[in-house]
Amino acid sequence: MKNEYLDMFCTFARIGGLTFGGGYAMLPILQREVVEKRGWATENELSDYYAIGQCTPGIIAVNVATFIGNKRKGILGGITATLGVVFPSLVIITLIAAFLQNFADLEIVKHAFAGVRVGVCVLVFNAVVKLWKKAVIDIPAFVIFAIVLLLMVFLDISPVLLVIGAGIAGVIVQGTRKAVRK
Amino acid sequence: MIYLQLFYEFFKTGLFAVGGGLATLPFLYNLSDKTGWFTYEQLADMVAISESTPGPIGVNMATYVGFETAGILGAVVATLGLIAPAIVIIVIVAGFLKKFQDNQYVQNVFYGLRPASVGLIAAAFVSVLTMSVIRVDLFRASGVWTDLFSIKAILLAAVVYVLTNKTKWHPAFFLLGSAIVGVIFKF
Repeated sequence: MKNEYLDMFCTFARIGGLTFGGGYAMLPILQREVVEKRGWATENELSDYYAIGQCTPGIIAVNVATFIGNKRKGILGGITATLGVVFPSLVIITLIAAFLQNFADLEIVKHAFAGVRVGVCVLVFNAVVKLWKKAVIDIPAFVIFAIVLLLMVFLDISPVLLVIGAGIAGVIVQGTRKAVRK
Repeated sequence: MIYLQLFYEFFKTGLFAVGGGLATLPFLYNLSDKTGWFTYEQLADMVAISESTPGPIGVNMATYVGFETAGILGAVVATLGLIAPAIVIIVIVAGFLKKFQDNQYVQNVFYGLRPASVGLIAAAFVSVLTMSVIRVDLFRASGVWTDLFSIKAILLAAVVYVLTNKTKWHPAFFLLGSAIVGVIFKF
């Protein structure tokens, strides 16, 4: 009999290695490898995992891998699947980083990265616009957005504090609304 | 003990970064301010590399920062730190999946967290903007106003913006294109 943990590790390593861009880019590959080929989770379970993976802390891809592994084999399964999904990143990024340390000072590499930063700038902007549409849905949400942005840009404040503060603000705002409606 | 510190910092990031890959970015800016392990420019380069290689972006960023800071072991430690809180939380949440999703308090907390997450990423955008398109660093060094705006960079940004919104090409393609433009026009 094949070792199930090894099988799970290899499957998730393949998924991690085939996903460019993380999170949502992983969904179609997960559907094929985990739902259709192996039956480790159903389509509905997968979409639940995504919904919760998005609103729990951490990387969405890691959260979903933990869910599936945990469902199959308990905690150890969760750990195995997660280590599998991050394994290709570890290898590939380490190789690239090692390569760059030796070539980062070349003039041509500097120009290339100065150009790339402009591209990155646009990609990050696009991400903000996309997330904005789902998150900034009314005036209180906009106020939270604006306060966090301004504090982060102009003060050296820890994002941890801002996240905790925003969570509390969310409870207060929504709680007050409910009270007013009653 | 740099490994312990790496693990701790990325554990914190994994615990508080809600909403996917780029959500780790503001935490990394903060880490750069605090420790000087890497510069803002290096961070932007990391985003580019993370977007153009397979794997979740947050994990790629952790691996890159860990390697830059403390070699291969640093890369492993940072990545493990990042995923540790997720494993713990998900294993707990998996026990009462439906209840968690429908809980009013959880929903209220996320009503606040979502715009905050956008605000944090928008702040990260401002950082990238001020070292690529609006060159605050060059302006500070020279005091010449024309150094503040790079026409070449604004044009490139405009082209990339239009193409990313009109086509479904992969981000790696745009980053490679930006790199080539950068080399040819000496950015």
